[in-house]
Amino acid sequence: MPTITYRDALNQALREEMQRDPDVFLMGEEVGLYQGAYKVSRGLLEEFGAKRIVDTPIAELGFAGIGVGAAMGGLRPVVEFMTWNFAVLALDQIVNAAAKMLYMSGGQIPMPIVFRGPNGAALQLSSQHSQAWESWLSHIPGLKVVAPATPYDAKGLLKSAIRDNNPVIVLEGEMLYNNKGEVPEGEILIPIGQAEIKRAGSHVTVICHSKTVSVALKAADQLASQDISAEVLDLRTLRPLDDAAILGSVAKTNRAVVVEEGWPQCGVGAQIVDLIQREAFDQLDAPVLRVTQADVPMPYNKQLERLAKPSPEKVVAAARRVLYLD
Amino acid sequence: MTTVTAQPAKGDTQATQQRRMLREMLLIRRFEEKAAEAYALGKIGGFCHLYIGQEAVAVGVSAALEPTDYVIASYREHGQALVRGIPPRAVMAELYGKSTGCSSGKGGSMHLFDAEKRFMGGHGIVGGHLPLATGLAFAIKYRSGDEVCVCFFGEAAVNIGAFHEALNMASVWKLPVIFLCENNRYGMGTAFERVAAVTDVVEHACSYDMAGEVVNGMDVLDVQAATQRAVQRARKGGHPTLLEVRTYRYMGHSMSDPLHGVYRTKDEVEEQKKKDPIAQLFHRLRQDSALDQAGYDALETEVKAEVDEAVKFADESPDPAPEELTTHVLAD
Repeated sequence: MPTITYRDALNQALREEMQRDPDVFLMGEEVGLYQGAYKVSRGLLEEFGAKRIVDTPIAELGFAGIGVGAAMGGLRPVVEFMTWNFAVLALDQIVNAAAKMLYMSGGQIPMPIVFRGPNGAALQLSSQHSQAWESWLSHIPGLKVVAPATPYDAKGLLKSAIRDNNPVIVLEGEMLYNNKGEVPEGEILIPIGQAEIKRAGSHVTVICHSKTVSVALKAADQLASQDISAEVLDLRTLRPLDDAAILGSVAKTNRAVVVEEGWPQCGVGAQIVDLIQREAFDQLDAPVLRVTQADVPMPYNKQLERLAKPSPEKVVAAARRVLYLD
Repeated sequence: MTTVTAQPAKGDTQATQQRRMLREMLLIRRFEEKAAEAYALGKIGGFCHLYIGQEAVAVGVSAALEPTDYVIASYREHGQALVRGIPPRAVMAELYGKSTGCSSGKGGSMHLFDAEKRFMGGHGIVGGHLPLATGLAFAIKYRSGDEVCVCFFGEAAVNIGAFHEALNMASVWKLPVIFLCENNRYGMGTAFERVAAVTDVVEHACSYDMAGEVVNGMDVLDVQAATQRAVQRARKGGHPTLLEVRTYRYMGHSMSDPLHGVYRTKDEVEEQKKKDPIAQLFHRLRQDSALDQAGYDALETEVKAEVDEAVKFADESPDPAPEELTTHVLAD
């Protein structure tokens, strides 16, 4: 099986879907001539031309809205944000236009559009460029939100997102683009709304997504050396959540830790804790703990940044606490 | 007496066409008056922004369009919806929040839709729909279509970033879109000159290298002619246009507001009413011997009956079923 990067897996997904459907087009800053700020769209301008690979000005609200309008006109736009930090300028179009169009038109205007780009902290990019937006976006009815962790999932979920008849938010991990993984040739379609157990275990469930999957897997390695068997559950989709997978794993381990890159208040983890206490109260042997970014804007200094981010050590500490070992 | 048909036909004389425009303006005005009554009775809830005084704009624009052209508007869009062919009963039922409304009772006054008629909504965030209009025009060009998209918005939207982003990209990509600013002089209670450095909206056309025109929005024929020119530019080469249509609303910003309030005088409103678009067109038709008082009265009777029927229909229609709460959140 070929081993490719997360970046190239996304590139394959875009290329295959554009070959398949002439109504699919990509627009965003630097997607064409420059080949993509993160090179996700490398080679696409040459293959599909400027009509379908559209370079935009730096005007996130404007081109996100143009994408929404194009979807109203029957096309299937893929709108790339150079990062989700900039997409906050376009939230009006995502939240007020894309997410509500079908509902407020009484079902008349479907909205097949993908908004995608890198999300979460990279390295020393400081406060304005190091944010995780998933709890904001997965709050909104009318949107679907996916956050793939591996090249395989990135390809399969982006392809499903492009074929979906609803607005789908694709949160790509800014630190994941160079990661390599096995991606089979040919069609991969991962259904939106399905979590996956990335590592089976029996003592504690570590629930994670996107970049925190690798954090959880490293933590699971460390825990294994302490004879603790951690199950790593990758949500993959944040809206709709795969409730059954979460509850199924907790039923097996009776303990859970939720890891995310976002801030603690109203985070993705808060939603999952709510689900577990409502639906699996009797199966819990300990309160569910959360590992999040520190409740501060991201600092620039390397040491402070490290302190702010979720880490395998923090996950190990939380797992030991839910096992009453510390 | 002259019969006035609701639908245009090939070979209509100019007089026939103008009588139809008069009928459409009358329909909007009587419809809006009934909406105000229904609002006062509590039959219509939420925000309700009336179009009285501005009728010539929607009617003049629509007279220059084909049925396949797209129209998208702000939340003051009852008139545009009616003139694009959404039946008055479906519009009134939507204001009433009924299941028979043009958005199944889920949109209300600010979100009228009819995809078949290519009426792409009423939108409630000032300026937010301008990029959508550019996007609809993008889709037209992508498919090599010959339709155009007309976007109605108020002058207050000119101060918002979306206006500038939408116009810039429409011009860079040469898209068939007409940005139609209905300058009624007040954004809610704020006079445009108090908050805009450039008070002639049309001047913004230069910033985006597009054609611009100032239009007398109290004269339906002037609006029609200017729109025809803009449509021609759009269909031929995909050149966008900014039209600044100077108009005036007789009512408050919404039904919650007084007619004049502290931001304009009663005298100003009365002065503007002397330029009434309906009276002007009737005067012209009478001068041309194209319509007499009896003909006008007959039109009034006809339109009033149509509006009464719409109100009755809305009143008698059922609310959406409780199950409708959770439908249309996501498509299959």
